[in-house]
Amino acid sequence: MSPVFVFARLTVQEASRRRLLLALVILTLLVVGFSAWGFNKITTVTRSDGTVLPAQQVTLISSQLLIVVTFMYSGVLALSAAVVAGPLISSEVESGLLLSELARPVRRSEVVIGKWLGLAILVTAYAAGSAFLELTAVDWATGYVPPHPIELVIYVAAEGLALLSLGLLLSTRLSGITGGVIALVAWLMAWIAGVVGDIGTGLQNSALQNVGTISHLLLPTDGLWRGAVYAMEPDVILATLRAAGTAGRANPFSAVDPPPTAFLTWVVVWFALMLTLSVWSFRTREI
Amino acid sequence: MTVPRGEIFGFLGPNGAGKTTSVKLLLGLLRPSSGEAWLLGERIGDLETRRRIGYLPELFRYQGWLDAREVLALHCELAPLPRSTWKEEIKSALNTVGLSDRADDRVSTFSKGMQQRLGLAAALVGKPELVFLDEPTSALDPVGRHDVREIIRGLSARGTAVFLNSHLLSEVEQVCDRVAVVDHGRVIASGTMDELLSGTAVRVRVSGLDQAAKAKLAAFGPIDDEGEQLTFTKLDIERVPELVSTIVAIGGRVYEVAPRHQTLEDRFLQLLHEEEA
Repeated sequence: MSPVFVFARLTVQEASRRRLLLALVILTLLVVGFSAWGFNKITTVTRSDGTVLPAQQVTLISSQLLIVVTFMYSGVLALSAAVVAGPLISSEVESGLLLSELARPVRRSEVVIGKWLGLAILVTAYAAGSAFLELTAVDWATGYVPPHPIELVIYVAAEGLALLSLGLLLSTRLSGITGGVIALVAWLMAWIAGVVGDIGTGLQNSALQNVGTISHLLLPTDGLWRGAVYAMEPDVILATLRAAGTAGRANPFSAVDPPPTAFLTWVVVWFALMLTLSVWSFRTREI
Repeated sequence: MTVPRGEIFGFLGPNGAGKTTSVKLLLGLLRPSSGEAWLLGERIGDLETRRRIGYLPELFRYQGWLDAREVLALHCELAPLPRSTWKEEIKSALNTVGLSDRADDRVSTFSKGMQQRLGLAAALVGKPELVFLDEPTSALDPVGRHDVREIIRGLSARGTAVFLNSHLLSEVEQVCDRVAVVDHGRVIASGTMDELLSGTAVRVRVSGLDQAAKAKLAAFGPIDDEGEQLTFTKLDIERVPELVSTIVAIGGRVYEVAPRHQTLEDRFLQLLHEEEA
């Protein structure tokens, strides 16, 4: 087996043996259970005249609530990716664990790519698994299914992968705790910068809009989040937002258009850049 | 400096002399700022050469969530050895280091000494032609140290070259064919044990000498000063009467004079004194 796959397998194995996967599965099942109960309440809640909400209103409320719940999932994924990726290489350099492995016929690039691949498998599997469970629960409780569930999973997983890539790059040079904290702060700043960009759009202020655009280029997590939001919005919401003009775009939990192709192309380039930089950084590090 | 096949080569030096750095340079873990070196006929850094090398780092650590057998299987995989040989390789390595009965236990339950034994086993998989052992007995008890010496002799007997970094000079003296002493990144002496340990050391138990008086004894060569115990690390046996009369003349009282064959520790200290001078 190529060393890349050996290190990928080790990363997955470590997450499993250290019970990280078990903890995530149990917590996710709890969240799915509670949210299913909550979504079910929407269908049974009565207004002051004693009537239940009409189906269209249930759909509207469910779609907006699902966006908020998905924001929590994307947060869990981003936090987990940053916290796990932060020490991925640095802790093994500091402890000396990598010394005997790198004395084997193994390239440092194979270590970096293997660890990225292993964690990427975990992030993607968690995004797909938790989305399947949550969407199934919402469908069961309300009958609502978002219009683009596959795209939703891809965007949420890509957001986690972006944090993982940034954490891994930092891990090649900084201690685990420092790398993890920087990745988390960067993720929050990117989100806030996206909100600033939204306000700029609402006010038609190009300077503020540029803040959002630049943050999307530096760390594309917020741009990907908007893609996930768009994938969850039913047509009626989109029509309302479009009718509101620029004001309809000034909201971090809404998206009027899917992410442009140029942005998605940049995301691919960004991932390639992050991995290349990580390999170069680790290759030139003295251990 | 050359280390031939089958030789046990000791690499000595004080803390910070550059011993571990030298090993890391040879293994391609660090990049040299200048100079050249070859391992098994190839320039350092060659990936293929690493198939034929074993390494026990000074800072040894293995995945605590794996068991000993899995750690060795990982090293077989990275070596890389044919899968059909893994079982026998792992069994043999575990037997050699005395960990057969703990093969299926998680590494996190191992003592430091057992982890060092596991590291030695990992260095031995694939029957390497050259083994680097960086302080291989630092965490071991006397029995473990004896075992490691036997393992090193066994490696040499089958033609494997052993590059041994160690602070334990008596250990080096017992197993090494040849040694080099390094200080501040430079080799200050090298040779076989016979070549290095040709002199006589004289230990004198004395009182009544202050530092100024002791300085007057510098003519008798390097002194390892331990208070009332003065060891003249390289002194011709014929000069012992002259030494005693000088000590008495400058006010010292002599209780014991013990000439002995120079040990590696005497020679090591002597070399460092000379280097400082």
